[in-house]
Amino acid sequence: MSVTISIQDLVKKYGETTVIPELSVEIQKGEFFTLLGPSGCGKTTLLRMIAGFNSIEGGTINFNDKVINNVEPGKRNIGMVFQNYAIFPHLTVKGNIAFGLQNRKISKPEIAEKVDEILKVVQIEQYKDRMPKNLSGGQQQRVALARAIVIRPDVLLMDEPLSNLDAKLRIDMRNAIKEIQREVGITTVYVTHDQEEAMAVSDRIAVMKSGVIQHLGTPQEIYQRPANVFVATFIGRTNIIEGTLQHEHGQYSLQMGQGYQEPIANIQVPKSEMKSTLPVQISVRPEEFNIRQDQQGMKATIVHSVFLGQHTHYFVDLASGQRVEITQESQTAELLSPGQTVYLTVKPDKINVYDIKGELNYTGRVQL
Amino acid sequence: MNRSRKRFDVWTNISLLIFLFYIVFLALPLFTMLIKSFYNGTTGDFSLAYFVKFFSKPYYLNALFNSIKVTVCVTILAAVIATPLAYIMSTVKIKGSSTIRILILISSMSAPFIGAYSWILLLGRNGVITKFVKSVFGITMPDIYGFGGILLVLTLQMVPLIFMYVSGALKSVDQSLMEAAESMGYKGISKMRKVLLPLITPTLMAGGLLVFMRALADFGTPMLIGEGYKTVPVLIFNEFISEVGGDDGFAAAISVIVVIFATAVFLLQKFVSNRKSYTMSALNPIEPKKKSGIGSILAHIVIYLYTLLALLPQLYVIYTSFQKTSGRIFVKGYSLDSYRDAFDSIGGAIQNTFVLAISSLVIIILLAVLIAYVTVRRKNALTNTLDIFTMFPYIVPGSILGIALLITFNHKPLVISGTAIIIIVSFVIRRLPYTIRSSAAILHQINGGIEEAAISLGASQMKTFFKITLPMMLAGVVSGAILSWVTIITELSTSIILYTAKTKTVTVAIYTEVVRGNYGVAAALSTVLTVITVVSLLIFLKLSGQKEISM
Repeated sequence: MSVTISIQDLVKKYGETTVIPELSVEIQKGEFFTLLGPSGCGKTTLLRMIAGFNSIEGGTINFNDKVINNVEPGKRNIGMVFQNYAIFPHLTVKGNIAFGLQNRKISKPEIAEKVDEILKVVQIEQYKDRMPKNLSGGQQQRVALARAIVIRPDVLLMDEPLSNLDAKLRIDMRNAIKEIQREVGITTVYVTHDQEEAMAVSDRIAVMKSGVIQHLGTPQEIYQRPANVFVATFIGRTNIIEGTLQHEHGQYSLQMGQGYQEPIANIQVPKSEMKSTLPVQISVRPEEFNIRQDQQGMKATIVHSVFLGQHTHYFVDLASGQRVEITQESQTAELLSPGQTVYLTVKPDKINVYDIKGELNYTGRVQL
Repeated sequence: MNRSRKRFDVWTNISLLIFLFYIVFLALPLFTMLIKSFYNGTTGDFSLAYFVKFFSKPYYLNALFNSIKVTVCVTILAAVIATPLAYIMSTVKIKGSSTIRILILISSMSAPFIGAYSWILLLGRNGVITKFVKSVFGITMPDIYGFGGILLVLTLQMVPLIFMYVSGALKSVDQSLMEAAESMGYKGISKMRKVLLPLITPTLMAGGLLVFMRALADFGTPMLIGEGYKTVPVLIFNEFISEVGGDDGFAAAISVIVVIFATAVFLLQKFVSNRKSYTMSALNPIEPKKKSGIGSILAHIVIYLYTLLALLPQLYVIYTSFQKTSGRIFVKGYSLDSYRDAFDSIGGAIQNTFVLAISSLVIIILLAVLIAYVTVRRKNALTNTLDIFTMFPYIVPGSILGIALLITFNHKPLVISGTAIIIIVSFVIRRLPYTIRSSAAILHQINGGIEEAAISLGASQMKTFFKITLPMMLAGVVSGAILSWVTIITELSTSIILYTAKTKTVTVAIYTEVVRGNYGVAAALSTVLTVITVVSLLIFLKLSGQKEISM
């Protein structure tokens, strides 16, 4: 029953302000698709347009071949999970889950059967006769999910469903959600501002900012080859260092200050921007540094260190004064102590090189 | 040592003092009334004669039946009218909606009997509308007196109460609940029936109870517009006041029956609503949306028409206050004579009202903050009992409390009947709950840790309360106090029983002028009262920064 959702040149305006300018995206059948971005980026607005609770000011949304712009929410055959669950407080767990079914021409025994079946899927059979106020947050979440999928929707829409749960439960629930989604195979659109959560559950992620999709890709692509500096800094942690890209005899190399030069292979600069030296922004994630004692690379001073078990974080000051963060697998040897001088090199196959505005990634696609 | 000191701190003494106040001025009078109803007034023997008399004569039973009929009809009708109004106001953008909310509030704050008397002026035998319809269309309007009139006046008076309750409840319903229902294919009526109505039912029941109790207790309306249609409060009043054949004992017996009936309804409501309650807090509350076309026009018409209807009696009274009078009838032309007459003959009533109301208010504020504090922060058997005591004014109609106070304090050891004190006591007991409720509500929101911080820094219990807790409670206290104030100055059913020439209040004066047929003077006094009420409410709204009152 799953559908493909195609969104064409979609526009959302509130009065004079345009929240989403001409957005196009195609969500595949059965895909777990996540809209990720900081608050106010338009991700929830887009989700609610797909649900039908927000008006559409331009463009179209298709479920398969059918334009659904003017179809009422109730007729779109969607299942929706709300941020605060929106569990009906006056109905039992069973009553909540059966609610959507009762509006369809389904016999009572069949409804009961479907409710029991879904209760098993979300693993809350034992609470079926409870009132919502007697359920924990995680249990309410499961009820909300069961209520949304029991009607066999074409599309499952989830609006920050885990943001009201505590950290540990959130991880359990996101695994449960992913598993249930895979089991029932519904095209799912998921909204979150938590990038780790997005990477854990999604087949593909659209990173949004100001109503525009900045990067659309698999979690791995988005983390390893972010399309621009915004995506690089929003997803995971990174250090942005300014430097220059030099081009000699068909070879590229990066100048990162203090005479540190690193040859780099997979660079594609558009012909129009080609110069022998090009100012660039370099995104180096904390784990993409090597700490060396052999006076190779950039000189830096350790400021302080944080031991986190598996990894150790170092905060160091470069000679330029910029502070960068480095992660290393913890060693049995003693930690580097504050004030100690070290030398840093980068892992050229992993780092990303952007134009000086931070809008274009010169680094080649990740080799999958 | 440490333990006992904690148990008997200064708050225990305060609780005991307030408890004593309630014992003397509420429990004792009600008990006296109960005793009186079981003893023969002349012989002093135990007897059930009063109850036998009540239940054996159709005349009395009829009044009871009439009361129940009026009360039930008013409650149902008010809920049926108010709920759609509140729903429209909460979901559709209405032009001038905040003004309309204030106007609806104002319409509920006048004394009901003023509405009754105004409707007589409009729809009575010589009413302007009656005469107009007759002369233009030649149709005789149906009679306003009796059941229909009482129903009209009380329903219009009570709709705003339920309106405000339901509006408050709708605000706590999360928009996403509505959207969840929509996403599953429910819309329009089925959405309301299956989701919205069940969610606001507990509130509807709470509002309904308040309306039920008020309608049951209302004395002025059936007295003026009921004519032959007697209800129990009228019966009690007549039995008690009547100069010939009045009988305190019989009035007490009827009062006991009413209080038992009211208590039964109160407990039944609590029993049912406790099983149906759920707490909600809306992350995204339902907001009024701009609608277009016929829906919006209809919504505007319904809201404006209702507001006009609700305000009509008060507006008409204000209008007539500027009309010229000749003797007792209005004549053509306008003048301020009515005002002059009002101030000349009964100007003292205005002064009395202020003195009595302000004295009561001071005591109310003091008691309310202390009661709120001990019932919220010092929960124990004593304060729980106190909490129950403060609910009694809900159940005991004003006229019955008046009678109970009078028969208790018109003989030694404590004689205060006929004094200002007895009226102040009655005002305090009856109007305390508003201020207690608002004070307790705000206290629930203040973190107890703040007081502990003050005490840990060496402040005493009292210093902590007056320097830390009370200032933080102030907004809540003030909003409740203004409600207490407004309901004191429009109070009739107790003061009509307790007043003397020296303690006549404005409402009593209006009532007696209406009964005498001095409509001009009554209108002028009503207008003065309305102005005071409106100004008080506007101050309240300004101070609290709210657009409505939750009761």
